[in-house]
Amino acid sequence: MSDPTAPDPIPEDAARTALAKRGERLTTLSFAVSIFGALALAVVYWRGGQPQLEGIFLCLALGGLGVGMIVWARYFMPHGTDVEARHQIESTEEEIDAFREEFERGEHILTRRSLLVRMGTAAVAALGVALIFPIRSLGPRPGKGFKSTPYRKGIRLVTDDGTLIKADDVSVDGVITAFPEGHTDAADASTLLIRPNEPVQARPGRESWTPGNLVAYSKLCTHVGCPVGLYQAGVHLLLCPCHQSTFDVLDGARPIFGPAARSLPQLPIEVDGEGYIVARGDFSGPTGPGFWDRDR
Amino acid sequence: MTTTSPARRQKRDKLLTRRAARWLDARLGGAKYARTALGKVFPDHWSFLLGELALYAFVVLLATGVYLTFFFHPGNQIVTYHGSYAPLHGVQMSEAYRSAVELSFDVRAGLVMRQIHHWAALLFVASIVVHLMRIFFTGAFRRPREVNWMIGVLLLILAIFNGFAGYSLLDDQLSGTGLRIAYSITLSIPLAGTWLASLLFGGEFPGPDIIDRLYVIHILLLPAVIALLIGIHLFLVVRHKHTQFGGMGRTEENVVGEAVWPSFAFKSLGLMMLVAAVLAALGGLAQINPIWLYGPFDPAEVSSASQPDWYMGWLDGSLRLFPPLEIRAFGFEVPAPFFPGALLAGITFGLLFAWPSLEALFTGDRRVHHLLDRPRDRPVRTSLGVATLSFYTVLTLAASNDVIATTFGLSVNAVLLTFRALVIVLPPIAALVTYRLCNELQARDIAGGYVPPDRPRVRWELLRFWRWRAMRRASRAPSTAG
Repeated sequence: MSDPTAPDPIPEDAARTALAKRGERLTTLSFAVSIFGALALAVVYWRGGQPQLEGIFLCLALGGLGVGMIVWARYFMPHGTDVEARHQIESTEEEIDAFREEFERGEHILTRRSLLVRMGTAAVAALGVALIFPIRSLGPRPGKGFKSTPYRKGIRLVTDDGTLIKADDVSVDGVITAFPEGHTDAADASTLLIRPNEPVQARPGRESWTPGNLVAYSKLCTHVGCPVGLYQAGVHLLLCPCHQSTFDVLDGARPIFGPAARSLPQLPIEVDGEGYIVARGDFSGPTGPGFWDRDR
Repeated sequence: MTTTSPARRQKRDKLLTRRAARWLDARLGGAKYARTALGKVFPDHWSFLLGELALYAFVVLLATGVYLTFFFHPGNQIVTYHGSYAPLHGVQMSEAYRSAVELSFDVRAGLVMRQIHHWAALLFVASIVVHLMRIFFTGAFRRPREVNWMIGVLLLILAIFNGFAGYSLLDDQLSGTGLRIAYSITLSIPLAGTWLASLLFGGEFPGPDIIDRLYVIHILLLPAVIALLIGIHLFLVVRHKHTQFGGMGRTEENVVGEAVWPSFAFKSLGLMMLVAAVLAALGGLAQINPIWLYGPFDPAEVSSASQPDWYMGWLDGSLRLFPPLEIRAFGFEVPAPFFPGALLAGITFGLLFAWPSLEALFTGDRRVHHLLDRPRDRPVRTSLGVATLSFYTVLTLAASNDVIATTFGLSVNAVLLTFRALVIVLPPIAALVTYRLCNELQARDIAGGYVPPDRPRVRWELLRFWRWRAMRRASRAPSTAG
């Protein structure tokens, strides 16, 4: 505690000394800057607002006040001289014993009716369990939706604005982002249609999935589901801009670099009589990132 | 105090504020406690300002945040933009994104408030982290302050989470990508992942409800919890009284510094004004999160150079560095992002929570400490801390591996491999260098006549936890024999 009768660090009669004068000048100046900033801010706002000026004047208004207060404290208030004693935080043994006695007296009254205690506990527990159930309302049961997309046999592929895609629309080295017709908002079904300038080495059983060397992969990275947006046509690599996973388009979109551990699922496609690209079924596996029962 | 004449006191007590205070005291009491509060002593050391910095950043967050809620609508209906930012004219977007753009261009002072809010969030987490470092390296978490340490760690977690929730509300391309990654990490949790993701997002990504839910969490739930925890944190600071460095008459039995009234109150409020002033200048002059350039979120699109806010960088970096390792057995799988995402976060905060107990276990020092350690006097703790910092710094830098590669014309692969090596090699080197440095500095102090405090022996043998039972038996043996 500071001693209130102790003299101020700068006695009254020395108030005219250079030091005090300087402190007073600085503080006054700071508060003046603050007043100017606040008024200027009001004017700027009144005249329609301007973000940079608003920032500057708000800074002056607040900063002037802050500097003024700190300078005031430094020049005219005591510092570093106050001492406070610490007291023991822990309770004494007597206090603890007194508490224990009081508590156990009440506890004894309660536990004499052991049936009531047990039933009361059970009732609270049952209520607790019952109150967990409404959490279930927060979302649907994670079912098949996690593993399948709207793609079915015969569904045509469209661009994000719903335009049907013809096989001829994808040039050599070209990439188009496609969706199943009628489902352009299905986030798990975004598809990359690519026509590499070298033949795709089809996986066993997928030989007929690449009509005219046109190949369709899920656009969702198998790492954490970012769209695999960058196609480097010269080296036939797909790169995910989020975490740099890299997939080899010619070799079943196998991950060759970065944190992704799985190939991009492939979409079986064919070209119908009118030249439109059509899905022959769903992707070769669940799209996007992995999860616990993906393989089940 | 005793020199005031009764007449003068009577005259003063006629002032309205005094009369109001008397009125309240007559109904609540408490003049005694208020006087104690005025006399609370704060040690005078720059590093004690760090926590205040966090507090004042929070005050700025509340003030600007309340303003923002008056204009922001977290809806997910698709609307068409017709505001004053021409490049987005006619673009389809969610209501949330549109109101964030309108808030920036069509609400007077809206952009300044939004940018101050974002800068304040960055400062809030940053000052919590630096404050935590100060507490750690000086041993201020030791008995009796372990509970307050844990509250502080909880505040750090909530601050990070609320920051993430906040910038995810705007539904721009960058934040949508961040939400997508958060969804995938939730999904990666063994057993419960799909349920958790579905319940949190209200269904499959992007989820119909996530923006609404994050909004309530961001503006109501977490601010309330954070404010409450800050209250308890400060109450405990008063209850325990401050720690202080030793020397110059400072002992375990006293606190030396400045009383709240008036010196400390003035300086601290001045600091609050300065924090707000710096944030105002940043908000006005330094553009941050220009969502109008990112465009509205489209799940099928992504921009390169997607970096999260700095305090999420360590998680993003670890996602980039972790090798493609996924565990599959019995038809189940633990996907790769689980380890660098959910598991790393769990271990990080788990260790932070446990640190006071761990240190007490390994040093056997369970005494009350009010005097702080100088980091050099505790070389083991200091070097472990520096090693940990270097680990998370590498992870944070690794979140920018693509930017580093393009800026310096390097291959992304080479940068990634370098970071993978650094994250393993750098922490032990940092620990060794720090350990040597601490010892040299202390030796120099001792040569200058300084008497260091007792250094508790670290019981490294406890690391062999499978021998704990045998050790306990061995330590009991002499007493039973005697």
